[in-house]
Amino acid sequence: MGEGTTPPGPIPEAARPGKPAAALRYVRRNPSLVVGILLLLTLVLFVGIGHFVVDTSKSRPLSAPVLQPPSPEYPFGTDRQGRDLLAVMVAGTPLTLRIGFIAGLLGVGVGSILAFVSAYYRGAVDTVIRGIADIGLTVPGLLVLIIIAVSIKEGLTVDQMAIIVASLAWLNPTRTIRAQVLSLRERGYVEVARLSGMSGPEIIVKELMPNLLPYLAATLVNAVSNAILASIGLEVLGLGPIESPTLGMTLYWVNYNAALINGWWWWWTAPIVIILIVFLGLFFLTVGLDEIANPRLRRTV
Amino acid sequence: MKPDVLRVRGLQVYYHTPLGAVKAAEDISFSLKAEERLGLVGESGSGKSTLALAILRMIKPPGRIEAGEVWLDGQNVMTLSEEEMRQVRLARIAMIPQGSMNSLNPVMRIQAQIADALRDHGVRMTKRQVEERVRDLLQSVGLKPEVATMFPHELSGGMKQRACIAIAISLRPKVIIADEPTSALDVVVQKQVMETLARVQRALGASVILVGHDMGLVAQFVDRLGVMYAGKLVEVSPVRDVFTKPLHPYTTLLIATLPSLEQKGTFAGIPGLPPLLRDLPPGCAFHPRCPYAVDRCRTEVPHLMEGRPDSWAACHLLS
Amino acid sequence: MTTLIEARHVTKIFGGGVFDRNATVALEDFSITVDSDRPSITAVVGESGSGKTTVARLLLGLVTPSRGQVLYQGQDVQTMAHADWRAFRRDVQVIFQDPYEVYNPFYRVDHVLTTPVSKFKLAATKAEARALIEDVLEAVGLRPEETLGRFPHQLSGGQRQRVMVARALLLRPRLILADEPVSMVDASLRASILGSLRKMNLERGISIIYITHDLATAYQISENIVVLYRGSVAEAGDVELVVKQPQHPYTQLLISSIPLASAERTWSGESASAPAIQATGATGCKFADRCPSATPPCLQALPPLYQTAPHRAVACYLYQSAPALATGEMVSVFTGQATLKKGISGQPGSPGEAQHAGV
Repeated sequence: MGEGTTPPGPIPEAARPGKPAAALRYVRRNPSLVVGILLLLTLVLFVGIGHFVVDTSKSRPLSAPVLQPPSPEYPFGTDRQGRDLLAVMVAGTPLTLRIGFIAGLLGVGVGSILAFVSAYYRGAVDTVIRGIADIGLTVPGLLVLIIIAVSIKEGLTVDQMAIIVASLAWLNPTRTIRAQVLSLRERGYVEVARLSGMSGPEIIVKELMPNLLPYLAATLVNAVSNAILASIGLEVLGLGPIESPTLGMTLYWVNYNAALINGWWWWWTAPIVIILIVFLGLFFLTVGLDEIANPRLRRTV
Repeated sequence: MKPDVLRVRGLQVYYHTPLGAVKAAEDISFSLKAEERLGLVGESGSGKSTLALAILRMIKPPGRIEAGEVWLDGQNVMTLSEEEMRQVRLARIAMIPQGSMNSLNPVMRIQAQIADALRDHGVRMTKRQVEERVRDLLQSVGLKPEVATMFPHELSGGMKQRACIAIAISLRPKVIIADEPTSALDVVVQKQVMETLARVQRALGASVILVGHDMGLVAQFVDRLGVMYAGKLVEVSPVRDVFTKPLHPYTTLLIATLPSLEQKGTFAGIPGLPPLLRDLPPGCAFHPRCPYAVDRCRTEVPHLMEGRPDSWAACHLLS
Repeated sequence: MTTLIEARHVTKIFGGGVFDRNATVALEDFSITVDSDRPSITAVVGESGSGKTTVARLLLGLVTPSRGQVLYQGQDVQTMAHADWRAFRRDVQVIFQDPYEVYNPFYRVDHVLTTPVSKFKLAATKAEARALIEDVLEAVGLRPEETLGRFPHQLSGGQRQRVMVARALLLRPRLILADEPVSMVDASLRASILGSLRKMNLERGISIIYITHDLATAYQISENIVVLYRGSVAEAGDVELVVKQPQHPYTQLLISSIPLASAERTWSGESASAPAIQATGATGCKFADRCPSATPPCLQALPPLYQTAPHRAVACYLYQSAPALATGEMVSVFTGQATLKKGISGQPGSPGEAQHAGV
């Protein structure tokens, strides 16, 4: 019916996500997505190539002379315990990322299931799930994580870190995804599906979820980002896996050894730069995915 | 013979999309006399709303007015600056847009919304004068003075629409463009709103362009009727003639689609589908569905021709 | 005479609860019957707030009556056994108003057709399913090769609506509820969709309940009509009688307000004054505040339906001299029933002279 901005007639296919050619066109119009992917790709290459080029066993203490500034032999220098910092970065980055991904995936996975069930069935189930999530969100997360980490007597492994962080990672996704599902479930096609004989779980999986995929992807990236931040936070406090050369543990050692005051700039520069790249990459990725998931665009579909 | 108050010549509006130019309005020309009521009917995608917006230069990107002139009282509004055009809107040409009753500001009382419009156009009045003017306006559209202090959600659909009419006439424009002013309203309320519009128009001595898809409704109100199809004006005639002696085949078929209350089994459809505006067929846009199409129709675009005095149609069968 | 579907004294109140103030009475003491022996087309006509949408949802079992019952083949829809309920879901199909909303934008339009086929096991093999789908598409005048494989936004509103009609046919229903099926479709495409519905009725013996605000299309395709005003039946009966000689003041107002497309202007006289916003909980006839013939008794109690002729009934005290219609006898004012009992009545437009509305 011709408003000022929408052209009359059938909607051009370019506006419709989900088809490969259209998706590519989208990416070109979505620079944030490209930047984010490139940054993360850089890290992946760094780690990937690094594993072939660098001897990662040198990331353990007493592998190299202590406190060497960057040189051709040790491009990132070494730390006070004799670790080759380049090896530490190559070995540690994937560990940190792994914590983030596992925790993020668990968080969004559990969160989505709870959100879909809660929003689709409403009633008592909804009240209970929403209540728990709301209460959980009011408790300071870091505090809970610290308490949990401290209570674990034996040394912490990377995967245990992931689970600790995941324990709180589902709270926010549950609420935000629930809100999205609530609005979708009123759509005409859900009613038609019901009348066509589809059961509740079928409707959730086949009708609702496909329309939420972009939103879920954006939520996942966000959750991963938060999880990495939380894990680094715990590690810097010394509550992480002491033996592992993760980025956060490196910063812990930096702090412990007062590297800033002592002028061992190479020790803290490397991890901080990598952390920056991780977060910038995830940020741009979120912004890029957000543009795809944005309801303003969804309206043209 | 009344003078022309509005003259549209060769108006062309395209929307530029990644897949090509959507030709929403192509070569539209018509005139509007003083105190005349002109109707523009068409189905969805015919370009009638685009045309209404184009006259007021309210087309936003990716749409663009590619060509054309709109002469208002001897002045081509296409050549005005943005500021001058802003002054022209509402004061000289007013529009009641589609769904306007849903665009009323929900947190402002009606009086404030009318006063806003007045103030925006540099009208300086004391508070008391504004109140009086608002009361007069509301009365002229048949609303009680109490409505001034109400919020939109306290009014019924018909009342909201009449409030929108009041806003539109607040500066006594010479031309009122009403785009589907009654589309969401019940039949009984529809009649009341149209009667209000008629009364207001007579009192102001203004001209009205009524855009709509309901041919019956539009026909009840207007003196002359224009029919649009695929972005073009295909017929303009006095309303009586449109129904008794239609010139364009589309008009004839369109009239046949209207269900009557007189006799059963009288309404039919038009086979086929309207064309994609970015992929129009060559020649006459209607030829694929036209029962009278000849070879010429497939190659040459017809232009408006006077088939009878004051009755125009864009069809090769006229020549 | 067996009934196919029946609403008995159904009242539906929304948002009720402890505080009656917020409650909206969508339907009050509403009854309708569709008989199963002879497929009929009944129109339910009303404006906004008349309760017509609620009628559709009630008859589909999507909404529970606050009072009264909805019976399908004699069984209460809310309490029937699962097997019966599944049969009910097959036998009663719906076409919604909005041809955009009913499609999941993620899938091609095939999805709305393949889903019922698989869920209700209508075909044993993929080839059978395809044949079935092509068959129903052709039955509504669509070409399968132009329709299947497309996404919803690639079809026009009219085509989308026709796919919905095709979908309704897949399950070989006995009743189709069409809720404003053409109000969002262009005028030139309406006739073919309504024509399809009529064809369904005549060729496949499917009863139709056509819910709309558009009296003109209702007149064109239906035999019987029920006029709703603010949740209550104002008038019902043979559509020729009700439309040509309306008896209820509301029906008269409605018909005089319809702008007819003809050379003559037929909007006559001044309109009745617009009603002020009504407070709920008012007793008496709902139209009393706008009615030019209202008298004090009109404000006291809701008038019952008086049968003023063999094929019509009016809920207005002006006609209280006529016998009141017993509930469950609503169907008797519909022409179909009368034809069964008395043979062809000879009235214009009666089913005996099955007229086709130009498919």
